[in-house]
Parts: sequence; structure tokens; C-alpha cells
Amino acid sequence: MNTHLGANFLNSILSHPLASTLLIVASWPVIAIACLLRPHSIRYVARFLFPVGAVLCVGMFLLAGAFLIGGHAPEVMTLPLGLPDLPFHLRLDALSAFFLMILGLSGAGISTFAAGYFRSGEGTAHGLLGLHYHVFLASMAVVMLADDAYLFMVAWETMALASYFLVTSQHRLPEIRRAGFLYLLMAHLGAVCILLSFGVMQGGSWQFTLDAMRSASLTPFWATAAFTLALLGFGAKAGLVPMHVWLPEAHPAAPSPVSAMMSGLMLKTAIYGLLRITFDLLHVQSWRWGVVVLTLGIFSALYGAVFAAVQTDMKRLLAYSSIENIGLIFTGIGLSILFAASNMRLYAALALAAALIHALNHSLFKSLLFLATGSVLHATRHRSLGKLGGLIRPMPWVAGLALIGTLAIAGLPPLNGFVSEWLLLQSFLYTPQLPHAFINMLIPLGAAALALTVALAAYVMVKFYGVIFLGQPRETLLSEAHDANWLERIGLAWLAAGCVAIGVQPQLALHAAGKTTGMLLGQTIASDPSVWRIAPIAPEQASYSGWVFLAVILCVVGVTFLAVRLIAHGRMRRTPAWDCGYPWQTSRMQDTAEGFGQPIRHMFGAFFWMERDLPSASDLTPRYRVYIEDRFWRALYKPIAAAVQRLADAVSFLQGGRLAFYLLYSFLTLLGLLVFVL
Amino acid sequence: MRGVAFVWQFGEVLLAIALAPLFSGWIAQCRAWMQNRTAPPLTQPYRMLRKLFHKDAVLAENASRLFRTAPYVLFGTMVLAAAIIPSVVTDLPFAHAADAIALIGLFATARVFQALAAMDVGTAFGTLGARREMMIGFLAEPAILMVFFNAFLLFGTTALTGMVDNYATHPSAIDPSVVFAAIAFVMVLLAENARIPIDNPTTHLELTMIHEAMVLEYSARHLALIEWASSLKLFNYACIGIALFLPWGIAIHGATVGAVLIALVTLVVKLALCGAMLALIESVSAKLRIFRAPEFMAMAFLIAVLGLLVHLLLGGNTGA
Amino acid sequence: MLRSHLDVQLLNLLAACMLLISFAMLSTRRTQQLITLFAWQGAILFLSTSLVAHEAGLTELYFSAALTLILKVITLPLILHTLIKRLGAQWDNERLVNIPITMLVGLVLVIFAFGLAQPISLLATTVTRHTIGIALAVILLSFLMMITRRKAVTQVIGFLAMENGLFLAATSATYGMPMVIELGIALDLLVAVFILGIFFFQIREQFDSLDLHHLESLREE
Repeated sequence: MNTHLGANFLNSILSHPLASTLLIVASWPVIAIACLLRPHSIRYVARFLFPVGAVLCVGMFLLAGAFLIGGHAPEVMTLPLGLPDLPFHLRLDALSAFFLMILGLSGAGISTFAAGYFRSGEGTAHGLLGLHYHVFLASMAVVMLADDAYLFMVAWETMALASYFLVTSQHRLPEIRRAGFLYLLMAHLGAVCILLSFGVMQGGSWQFTLDAMRSASLTPFWATAAFTLALLGFGAKAGLVPMHVWLPEAHPAAPSPVSAMMSGLMLKTAIYGLLRITFDLLHVQSWRWGVVVLTLGIFSALYGAVFAAVQTDMKRLLAYSSIENIGLIFTGIGLSILFAASNMRLYAALALAAALIHALNHSLFKSLLFLATGSVLHATRHRSLGKLGGLIRPMPWVAGLALIGTLAIAGLPPLNGFVSEWLLLQSFLYTPQLPHAFINMLIPLGAAALALTVALAAYVMVKFYGVIFLGQPRETLLSEAHDANWLERIGLAWLAAGCVAIGVQPQLALHAAGKTTGMLLGQTIASDPSVWRIAPIAPEQASYSGWVFLAVILCVVGVTFLAVRLIAHGRMRRTPAWDCGYPWQTSRMQDTAEGFGQPIRHMFGAFFWMERDLPSASDLTPRYRVYIEDRFWRALYKPIAAAVQRLADAVSFLQGGRLAFYLLYSFLTLLGLLVFVL
Repeated sequence: MRGVAFVWQFGEVLLAIALAPLFSGWIAQCRAWMQNRTAPPLTQPYRMLRKLFHKDAVLAENASRLFRTAPYVLFGTMVLAAAIIPSVVTDLPFAHAADAIALIGLFATARVFQALAAMDVGTAFGTLGARREMMIGFLAEPAILMVFFNAFLLFGTTALTGMVDNYATHPSAIDPSVVFAAIAFVMVLLAENARIPIDNPTTHLELTMIHEAMVLEYSARHLALIEWASSLKLFNYACIGIALFLPWGIAIHGATVGAVLIALVTLVVKLALCGAMLALIESVSAKLRIFRAPEFMAMAFLIAVLGLLVHLLLGGNTGA
Repeated sequence: MLRSHLDVQLLNLLAACMLLISFAMLSTRRTQQLITLFAWQGAILFLSTSLVAHEAGLTELYFSAALTLILKVITLPLILHTLIKRLGAQWDNERLVNIPITMLVGLVLVIFAFGLAQPISLLATTVTRHTIGIALAVILLSFLMMITRRKAVTQVIGFLAMENGLFLAATSATYGMPMVIELGIALDLLVAVFILGIFFFQIREQFDSLDLHHLESLREE
């Protein structure tokens, strides 16, 4: 009887997926408002409401996953909210479901961690944080469900505002306020571009539903204009160079669960938006779009990796690493546009699947790493890499789970980062077959730039993990650091398990991505009938099996361990480390973060704007200082800001302060309107 | 046939593990001949391994579990690589688990684990070695990827076994892109395996070390496993080079015992030749300054890309 | 026309080696090595021309090949070697742009040349038509070498390497130039090297160095 009820319940959920999704999405604002009831109680807000939100995330993940894998047709719904002429249109299709799946999967881990992270006596009231957090979550979900431009922009703005309040939680510090301001500014500039893009796409019909835009036929000029505006707008939100300047400021300023949400989930909504507009609404009209996106993507990836290598603040390093990964995703998207517009749909599907899976992977391992830095920050109160070290001993859980995240983000088999990078490199192999003259020779070089970036990411992550968790502690109080509590551990373990699962068994992720590419391009990826390997194009051409990697390595490790113990012995002694005859070694003599990044700084010096104070031989107290700034900030943003300031100053004469002038303005406007109307 | 394939697979892995120290010993012997001194016997690496296994492991006081597990993981990854590379037969069940690009990823895993272990004890030398090794690694990746890209354009597949099958039946001997790819591959081999001109494997000066600096803290069985893994890595790279550029003799699908025996003999001959060539290159080159190493890798990358472009220009048109 | 598949492959290989040598010339640090590379380039040109002469059965190409051998492999390198020994400029060879960037620019030039040459090679009828792209690339790379170097001697070698590229282009597109033009060009080269040698001595006397940025001080201020 009970199972019958349960099966009925499941059936009714699965047959109305959009309604069920909406139910979950609506529950988050309910939780948000519930947080306001007792805002200062940790037990109520953090230990009760946040876990409920996490469970809802899991539900969202399962629902979206079932919808996607089951291959249901898209569902639409109209809600009588909103403006009189413009009700809310909602739509659940393969693209939305894939990104909702990402939202649910990572959101669950982050919410669980946040439940354990907030402790008493810190900054803003927890109820307020909970309010903004759940509104943020809900607005991101609505962005992915929106089927008309109005609801999309409403949800987009809500997302920006909610995240702004989250970023400025510690608003008493001036640099956090500054970071928040920059973030809000860039978010709104992007939103204006997106709004204009929607405006262009309605193509004269003045209907703002996405259905109308899908069927509107635009001239190539207007289509390119819409695409460019969308690229600018969504690129600004995603952190594409050169619109990336807000990312390294905002992500470190926010509390760690919020940084994880922003890096892991919010950047993906921008990817969703770009995919929706380019593939679904504009139907991939020109291969030149692909070249632009590809170039920007590769450049962002390299830029992010190079800057991450020279950072000394652990959260800024991860922020730049996010820029790098977003660059990789855009590379996949650009490649896909290029193939699709040249009528090579199979390879377009491969590249798009690579980008989608990388979005999924990134949300998992980046969130994991940001949350781990949250634990480290909590335990040591230090954010700077120069004051950490050796934390693997006092914090074994965080260190172990962060190791999985580090290996995943470095793109190493058998974890998940490698799968998406492998697929992306595979799709590059087919670029010489492109029909365009110089492009088919230049793009293979992009594969080399991609390999360089991926390897540089490994370098950066070795630096990150090595300086924080390995080596000797650079401050004496670090040995008293406490490990994460059980809620935090569950959150971290959930994300780490996701990394391992997708790495070892990528078939499910590939299948899901295939459904999405099927919807966008009309082509899925060839699925190899074998369950233990993936072979996206054909088994003879290339195949990869995560299971074999993991199994063989573990087997050999085990066998070798046993063999060595049996044949030789397992005796061990401890002594001080090798000091090369210089016994006064301190923990300050190991590599600092700057030191580890020095080869990159030396080789890629052209990317940076650097100020260095070098000690001379006659200094009594030698000092070494290096200050690195983004060239784009100096060359692009500061001049534009100065020009805007000058313009504003020039126009400020209008605000004379005299009442007579203000009355004069109203009078002139009235005269003007009379002339126009009559 | 499937059961036999597993026998060949297992046999090839054991062969690799057994032969790798011998290959290192042969290279040392050739170097000694060229430098006009007496060489240690060919079995010297085995003796050293035996000596190391019997010693007590001496670990630094703050070495963590990662430090102690890393040598095993390194050995495991190199054994997996040996299982994937077709040195004697191409009918390997595990070879379908990875193509050439996945193989690059596998070597990257080994490199990262070794670098992390080097940073674990927190001395200046370990971190120096880790930093330099990661630098060489990230510079070598574009070059080796372009070599495999070349191979993909020539043979239509990135699976190594597929490449060997195709090449052995359609020889295109002096295709310029093959020659360029071979030159680039040899340069990457020298860089990745810490050979002159990138690194001196027998140096004693810590400031000139790359690979040695990473293993300064290791002793006894851990050091033995790391040394074995390094020689296995060199062996694997040599076998990749042979599979790509000199594959005649490898037993392709449907191998009989006779074909396997011939393949074994040809493998030994080819490895001897490769070892001699490596020793020759090492003897006539000088070790580069550390910041000349990027130029060396840039040259390797360039040659590989030139091979690719020349193939697109010439090969695409003549269909040669 | 096609005597054997092997010969075409050999020609392609020789052309590719010429491209490699051009890149090596771009990146080498020592002037003596540069002259040796130039001599090798001449040798490959000689082999390539002889092979084409054998393939196409044209006897005047044998004369061209012999001329190349005498002039570019033996005479010119000898003159250049004595020149730099007298000037004392064997080793230092500074550049305006560092090596990796020069290589990347060179790579882009190669792609550009290949892309341009593809329609041309469809029109030509010779055995070596596919190497037109390589010849164009060699010319562009030598020009790049002239631009990115500081010492005067390397400019001369760049100029001579450019002529090598032109020769390769001529043999691959049209089976060589008329003999009169070839002899004229050869004479021009020889005279140019002599005159430039005299200039170098003058420059060195005037400025005490062969660094070309000293010539910038000769402008009107």
C-alpha cells in the first residue's frame, strides 16, 4: 500500500516536471522569509533551514536529471503574474534541465556546508544571510526557467541584487564595499547589454516571448548585433576577458559559501544565457561568431591561468582560476558554433558536450575548493598564502577532500576535470577539416594554447595545495587550527564524491549532455554500447575509461605495497629534514606563493603591470615587494572611468541648485510636449 | 582470443617492469663508452634497487601520509602507462582505456603527485624541484600534443594501438611531417625524463637539480620505487616513440606466438638503438640554463607545428 | 613526369628542411652558426635543384645547381666568415624582440604564406608546385630575421636567405629562371656582399660598433 502510494507520488511528479520544479523553486523564497522570523538564532537558521534548502536542492537535481535522461518533450506554462500584458512564461526543456541539474547538485553541497559554516558572533545576522542566499538560489533557477525576456530580466536583476547583498556582508570594511560596488556596476552594464540584445531579437514584432524570438527572422547584420550584445552582456557576467575585472574583487570579498555559489553556479547562468540565445534563438548563423568566441575563450583561459599563478591570496587565486575555466567553456562553445555553422554537426555536438560537461565539473570542483578555503579561513583567520602551510596535519578531512578537488581541477585522470578537457581536445582534432581557408590552419594552434593552459592550471593548483596544506606552517599558531565540523564535511564530501563519480563513470554526464546537444543542434553524440568506457566519435578513433585507470592504479598500489612488505620490510624512522649542512632552517625558507609563481612571472611578464621594490646589497633591512595589477584595469577601465567622470563634471552645471532653473526645465519640457502632440 | 589477449597484456606489463632498469643501465653504459670511461655493469640498476629495498626508510619528522603514498601512486601510474602502450603486441584489452591524449594526462598525474610530495616536507630544495618540474611539464604539454595531433592527421586515430596497426600496413617513410614530429618527440622525451639538456640525472649540485631535488628526502623502498618509476617512464616514452615512428615488427592483431617472439627481438634491438642515440645526444649537448629551457620547449613545439602545417599544405593536396 | 613517388617525397622533405633551417636562423644566437646554417640552406637548394633537374630532365637546371653550389655553399660563406673574423663579430648577436615572440610571429607568417600559396599551387604544373608555399614562407621568415636583429651582418645574411627563398620559389613554380637572369642575380649577390663588407668597415670606424641603432643618430634633429 505504501509503495503504491510512493509510486503514484513519483509518477505524478514525473508527469508534471515543470510544476514540480516550480514547487521547489517557490519553496526557497519561503525558506528565505522563514529565515527572517528569528534572524539571530544559529540553530534555527543555520542548522535547520539551510539543510532543508539543501534537501530541496537534491530534489531539484533528481527531478531535472530524470527529466533530461528520460528525454521528455519541453513543457511550457504561463503564470498570471507580472505585467497585465506580459504574464510570466516558463519553459522546461533539455537545456534548462541540464543547468538546473548543475544548480541542484552543487547547491546541495554548498547549502550543507553553509549550514555548518555560519557560527555565532560574526558579521551580519544569519537570518539576513539566509534570506539573501535563498532568494539568490531561487532567482538563478527562475533565470533558467524563464521563457520570455521580461521574466528573464526580472530574475537576472534579482540575482544581481541578492548576490550584491551577499558579497557586501562584511560591509564595514571599505575594500569590501568597493568590491561590491564594482560588482554591481559590471552586473548592470551586462544587464543593459542583455536587455538591448533581447530588444534587437524581437525583430519588430514587439513580442518578448522567446518563442516569438525563435521564429523571428533577422537580417545577418541584426543577428550579429544581437549576438555581440549578448556576448558582451553574458560575458561580463561570466567573467570573460576583458570584462572580468569584477571577479577577482568580488569573489574573495564574499563569505566562502557565497563565493562558491557565485563561482560554481552564477557564472553558469551566464553560460546558459549565451547558449540559449546563440543556439536556440539565433540558430548559429555565422561561423565568424565562433571564431570570436573561440579567441576570447582561449585568451581568457590563458590570462586567468597566468594571473592565478602569481596571486598571494588564496581566494583571489581561485577567482582567477574561475576565469580560466570559463575561458575553457567559451572555447568549447566557440568551437561548437564554428562547426555548426560549417555544417559539421557531429563535431559541433562533441565540442558543445565538452563545454557543458566542463560547466558541470567546474561547478563541482570550484565549489569544493572555495568551501575548503572557507574552512581554512575559519580555522586560521588568514587568507594570505604567506601565512598558511602544513595544514594537512591539523585539518586532515579538509586537506583530503581538497586534494580531490585540486586533482580534479588540474585535469588529471581519473577525475572529472580530465573528462571535459579530453573531450575538448578531441573536438580540436577535427578542426583541420574545416572548409575555411586560414582558419583550418590557425585553430589547431588553439589546441596547443589549450594544452598549455590546462598544464598551467595544474601548476597553479600544485601551488595552491602545496602552499596551504603541505610543507611547514609559516605561522606558529597554525598547529592549533581546528578541522571542519560534520555538516561541513558532508558538504565537502558530497562535492568530492560528485567529482570522483563523474570522472570514473562519465557515461551518464555524456548522455545528459547529448540530450541537450540533441535539442540545440539536432545531433547527439554516438554512445558506445560498452558501459565501462566512452568513445564519443568512434571506438577506433579514441576511447577513454575512467574505471580502468582507477582500478589498475589502486590494484598496482595495493599489490606493490604488499609485495614490498613481504619481500623486504616495512621499517621506518623519523629524523629532521635534510638541511644541506645549514642547520638554522626555518619555515620561512620554503617557497612562498610569490616564489612558486616566479617562473610564470618571468616568462609571461608581458601580461602583467608590475611594480617591484628590490633590495640592494647595502640595505640594513632588506625589503622585497612585488605588486601586480591587471593591465586591462589600467589601460581600459581607468581611462573609461576618467572619461565618464569628465563627462559627468561637464554636465553637472545642469544641477545649479537654483530653484528657478529646475522650474525652467519643467517648463521647457511642457512646451516641447505641447509642440509634439499638437 | 580474448583470454590470450589478457596473457599478452600481463606479459607486456611484466616485461616493461623488468626491462626498464636494464634500459637505464644500457644508456649509462653507452654514455660511459662515449665519454671514454669504464661503465658499471648492465645489472647495476637492479643491484641498486635491491640495496634500497633492504634499507630502513628514513622520513622527515613532518612528512605526511601523502609523502609516503606518492611513490606507490607514481609506480602505479607508470605501470598503467606500460599496459596501454603497445610495445610488443597491439591486441591489448587495456589499451582501449586510453588514447594518446589520455596518456598525456596520465603522465601529468604522476608529475603532480611527485611535485606535491616534494612540497610536503617544506624545505627549500623540495619546493624548488617541484616548481621547476611543473614548469618543464607545462611547457612540454603543447609540444607533445602537437606531435599526437600530427599522428592523428596521418593515421586517423589517437589510439596508439590503432596508430601502430595503420602505420605498419601503410608505410609513409620519409613524410616530412613524420620527420618533424619525430624530432619534436625526441626533444620532449629529453625534457620530460630529466635528461641533458634540460636536467642532469647524475648531478650533485642542488641548485641545478630538477628531478633529483624532488626526491632528496626519499630513502629506501620509497626511493627504490621512485627510481623504478622514473626508468619505467623513460622506457614508456621510448616505446611510444617506437610505436609512432618505428613500428615495424610489432605483432598486430591476431598475433601468433611466433609473431610475438619476433616482436620481442625487434623491440630489444630498437631499444638498444634508441638507448645509444639518447646517450649520443646527451654526450654532445650541454645542460641549458633553467630559463633557456622554455626556448628549448618552444623549439620543440615549433617543429611539431611546422610538421602539422607542412602536412596540411603538402599531404592534403597530393594525398601522399 | 612523375618518375617515382619516392622522389616527390624526397623533394617535399628537402623543402621542409629549408623551412626548418629558416627557423633555426631566426633563433640562433651566434653569427658563425648563422653562416653555417646559410651554407646548409644552399646545400639543400643544390640537392633539391639537382633532383628536380633529374625528375624533369632539364639540363640547364644542372647548371643552376652547380652555380648554387659554387656560389652559395662555398664562396659566399667563405667571404662572410673572413668578414666577421676581421670585424670580430663572431659571437654576439642581439635582437630587438625575444626568441619566443619571434617564433610565434614566424609561425603566423608561415600560416599566412601557406594560406596564400594554396590557390597558386593549384595553377602551376610542375612537380614541385606544392613547395611554393614553403618558398614564400622562407622569404617572409628571412625578412623577419632582417627586421628583428641588431647587428649589421645578420641583415646581409637575411638578404641572402631571402634570395634563396626566391630561387626555391622559381624552381618550384616554373622550373628555374632563364640562365641570363640567374647569372645576373649571382653577380649582383657577389658585388653586394663586397660593397656591404666595405660599408661595415666604415660603420665600425665611425661608431666603434656594428650595432645598427647607432645609425639612428644620423637623422636630422
